[in-house]
Amino acid sequence: MRPLDTIGFALTSLGSNRVRTLLMLLAMSIGVAAVVLLTGIGNGARLYIVDQFSSLGTNLVIVIPGRTDTAANTPATLIGATPRDLTLNDAKVLERGDAVKRLAPLNIGELNAIRRGKERRVPVLGSTAALLEVHHLRLERGTFLPEEDMEIARPVCVLGAKVYRELFGQENALGEMVRLGGFRCRVIGILGSEGRSLGLDTEELVIVPVAFAQMLLNTTGLFRILVEAKDLGGLERLKKHIATTIAKRHYGEEDITIITQDSVLATFDKIFKVLTLTVAGIAGISLVVAGILIMNVMLMAVAQRTAEIGLCKALGASQLQIMLLLVTEALLLSAIGGLLGLLLGFIGSKVIVQFYPTLQTTPPLWAIAAAMGTALCTGFVFSLLPARRAARLDPIQALARH
Amino acid sequence: MIELREVSRIFTVGGQEVRAMDKVSLTINPGEYLSIMGPSGSGKSTLLNTLGLLDTPNSGAYLLEGLDVTSLSDNQLAATRSRKIGFIFQFFHLIPRLTAQQNIELPLLLAGIPRKERLERSTRLIEAFGLGDRRHHRPDELSGGQRQRVAIARAVINEPAVLLADEPTGNLDRHAGAEIIDLMEGLNKSGLTLVVVTHDPEIGERARRRVRVVDGRIASDTLRP
Repeated sequence: MRPLDTIGFALTSLGSNRVRTLLMLLAMSIGVAAVVLLTGIGNGARLYIVDQFSSLGTNLVIVIPGRTDTAANTPATLIGATPRDLTLNDAKVLERGDAVKRLAPLNIGELNAIRRGKERRVPVLGSTAALLEVHHLRLERGTFLPEEDMEIARPVCVLGAKVYRELFGQENALGEMVRLGGFRCRVIGILGSEGRSLGLDTEELVIVPVAFAQMLLNTTGLFRILVEAKDLGGLERLKKHIATTIAKRHYGEEDITIITQDSVLATFDKIFKVLTLTVAGIAGISLVVAGILIMNVMLMAVAQRTAEIGLCKALGASQLQIMLLLVTEALLLSAIGGLLGLLLGFIGSKVIVQFYPTLQTTPPLWAIAAAMGTALCTGFVFSLLPARRAARLDPIQALARH
Repeated sequence: MIELREVSRIFTVGGQEVRAMDKVSLTINPGEYLSIMGPSGSGKSTLLNTLGLLDTPNSGAYLLEGLDVTSLSDNQLAATRSRKIGFIFQFFHLIPRLTAQQNIELPLLLAGIPRKERLERSTRLIEAFGLGDRRHHRPDELSGGQRQRVAIARAVINEPAVLLADEPTGNLDRHAGAEIIDLMEGLNKSGLTLVVVTHDPEIGERARRRVRVVDGRIASDTLRP
């Protein structure tokens, strides 16, 4: 039998029982659509995270006190322990390196902000003027921290949009005084409402000069230092510069952890890939269920078409031909169902994009290939048993049953 | 030439042996017209199935055009059926979803004959059998006689060595039955070997050679002068 004739004959038999065919197509297409849609969402989430990170600039290096070798590539390092503090002096020395474009030391703590009886607990971030560029912050009104020596504890502050609204309402805040943890400081600027950036809600932040923050928080150590390289190629040079400089200052001990954006990015990338894969696997189970449905319905079809199969054998069809006919039927079902599923999945992801434009739910190519592959494989595997049963039918008995 | 030599076929039904064919020897020459008659359960259907390579004997030899077919594999049997045997059944056994022409072409389709040749050969038969205006009709739109004519066209499209008919008129009225017999006899006159199994004496008597089967044995084998 010629391949095209085989397909044609299988199509006529699929067409002869519409309900059965439609049910199987439905099962198959839902399975494939689930895989496509879920991997698409997973991939969209991953792209969203990657995008968030790269908006910070990938030539950024984060220096954290304490050595956490074993967990150097995970977000867990962000809360590492501190055997020896990083100090403002460390930051000042680092800033002199020629691979450094910008540097922003960071201190972080929580204090009460009070203004005319209104009190609110806020996260306080101590840093320098460079933070504006390093963290891509947007200033709504006024000025950012002054460009001056980082050891000057000038009592000024920049308020996050929400903090400003809660302490001042609609009133002018620039030049006004706010009490921060017992010290009065002057408001010089208000941040735009950007929302979150890397886990920090900039709307709820109060930013002060780093030396002033150390005074407020009663500490000499830094939470971390953000260093921006002059260019992407200089990243390795910068890391080496930081390591040797700090080691020299810390009596030869390499007691800091250097994280690049890339490594954090890679970690998130990996987590989301695994997550996507898991979700795809779960959706894949529905494909196998569809396969079992195909097997059931094929078995029923063989029982229904006993006479026809017996006739084909009497007319000279070999066992192999009969098997081929039934397997072709199942493969056609899987292929058509799979294509419908792809269509359904793509429509679904387009709909999601309509509602959540930030989530770019494009299913990755491997997921499309895997979904189609699984659909065809289950169609094939689960049609083997019914096909074998059909091939072994005794033509005399098959023809006698009428 | 078809030759059975001491062929036996034994079924075991409920622990009891049933000899559907008991050392049957039968020679059918090319172009012969032969009827097989006998009471139900006499083994005439088993004889026909054996001749048609649907059933394999337990012992004995079956020579089909000089070739012993009892030792053939399933694939070889299928191929031999496709080339040498044409079947006609009491219940027509047409595939309901296919048109008359598609049903007629089915053996060619299974044999892998290209579409163009299939169309030519089936069209020739459709015209010859007077089915010209019915070729695109499905079996349920055809009368019994027309259905059986489609079935006969299907049986002979691959130019078999022998045409085996199992109660071909059993499901037809007298008029249609007579037409079908005429058609088959016409094919026999043009050289096709014809074997008809029936228990209708009127039809059986028309054959030149009549074989009577009783209890798995050939009881009589008479030739009309």
